[in-house]
Amino acid sequence: MAKQDLIIKVNELTKRYNGFVAVDNISFTVKKGEVFAFLGPNGAGKSTTLKMLTTLLRPTAGEIQINGFDPVDQQDEVRRSFGIVFQDPSLDDELTAYENMDFHGVLYHLPSSLRRKRIEELLRIVELWDRKNYLVKTFSGGMKRRLEIARGLLHHPKIFFLDEPTLGLDPQTRNQIWDYIKSLNKKENITIFFTTHYLEEAERVAQRIAVIDHGRIIAEGTSQSLKVATQASSLEEAFLKLTGHAIREEEATPVDQMRMRRRMFHR
Amino acid sequence: MEAIFILWLRQLKRYLRSRSRIIGALGQPLLFMVALGFGFGPIFARAGGGNYLQFLVPGIISQSVLFTSLFAGIEVIWDRQFGFLKETLVAPVSRLNIIIGKTLGGATIALLQGIIVFLLSLLIGFRPANILMLPLAFIFVFLIALLFTALGTAIASMIEDMHGFQLIMNFLVMPLFFLSGALFPLNGLPPLFGLITRLDPLTYGVDSLRGSLIGASHFGLITDLVVLSILSGIVLITGSFLFSKIEV
Repeated sequence: MAKQDLIIKVNELTKRYNGFVAVDNISFTVKKGEVFAFLGPNGAGKSTTLKMLTTLLRPTAGEIQINGFDPVDQQDEVRRSFGIVFQDPSLDDELTAYENMDFHGVLYHLPSSLRRKRIEELLRIVELWDRKNYLVKTFSGGMKRRLEIARGLLHHPKIFFLDEPTLGLDPQTRNQIWDYIKSLNKKENITIFFTTHYLEEAERVAQRIAVIDHGRIIAEGTSQSLKVATQASSLEEAFLKLTGHAIREEEATPVDQMRMRRRMFHR
Repeated sequence: MEAIFILWLRQLKRYLRSRSRIIGALGQPLLFMVALGFGFGPIFARAGGGNYLQFLVPGIISQSVLFTSLFAGIEVIWDRQFGFLKETLVAPVSRLNIIIGKTLGGATIALLQGIIVFLLSLLIGFRPANILMLPLAFIFVFLIALLFTALGTAIASMIEDMHGFQLIMNFLVMPLFFLSGALFPLNGLPPLFGLITRLDPLTYGVDSLRGSLIGASHFGLITDLVVLSILSGIVLITGSFLFSKIEV
């Protein structure tokens, strides 16, 4: 494998917040066109790693290369290289589907004719074209996710990051969303990097899986090789053997509390 | 440039779409103008102060601009927690452009709100002294709006959640308003209290509107302009710096 085929390179990456080590000296690589899953229990360091890869957080130590660029020194180049779907909805509810797309297109400097063409293309793919002038606040969770996927692809990124993309969605919607993502990966050869704690999702979709826990990568390989290495019959068993049975008590941060309050609000 | 424009446009669209918010935000100034204006009117006139409604309206316009702009700035907290800010932060746009777009958007909304309150005041009997001074008055309204949107953004960049919100309301917004001379004349105040009113930036905003709307400025319009401009500059720079340090 030639070196330039690696689109994500992470070397000895560490993130500390006042004494607490969220990500502890991890290294991994992702090949161009690969579907790569970051699997781990709550609070394992998945989201923190993703934030560092996407220029939202500065690493405490270690190096990252995204499409050949450094997220600390070459932010704009890195930002143009990836699209992202965040764990929490990041749409503007008070704008229409089309306006949300257009906003994104302007921020990514797409000329207006190209913007119009691609927005129509993508909204048709995710089957939201006939709802383009509806305010996003009238959308269901699944529709919002589809819109976010369309939006993340608008600037034709080389890498698509998805942070728990199917959290809280019903099985039908989950299937549909993975179908979009997989066909995208095949047709456009986009590298897919996603985090999840759904084991069967990682097993079904990802070509390679990294299991992360307590900020460290504790195993890496195909679903098959993880099972063989742990002598487990299912990925779930392998996962539990690797990460233990203890339930993760995540301390509710003010942000989580607000999120909960908002969810209650919007139900 | 285009990024600044689209951020500005977003704020404006959100404002124009939330009719209940617009109407809700008009109730309070209207109540203040009617209750205080007509309630204190007779005693103000007997004390030789002239027409209280005329005196009060510039203060109430400042108040509604203060509320609208500060909250437009503080909205960054919501954007930050509920994701939308992330969408802008991972885009290839500098933080400085993001904050400029958002601040101009918030200030424009507050300007619109100020204009609506002004029109409302005409309905209940307010008469500007000189129509030709109106454009100047609106420039001052925009300057006040800019100052407090930037202040709101600066505060929002420092606090993580809405718990501090009540604190801001009680220890910042209310004192800014009540100590600004929006409701009372600045001459003849007890010395210490007089000093406190001079430390309140909104005092100069209220004074500038009194100068341009009813021709009765305490400090003079030039002083007001200089103070408001310098403060806006300082707060904008501080706010941009704090915003650029946000990590989500």
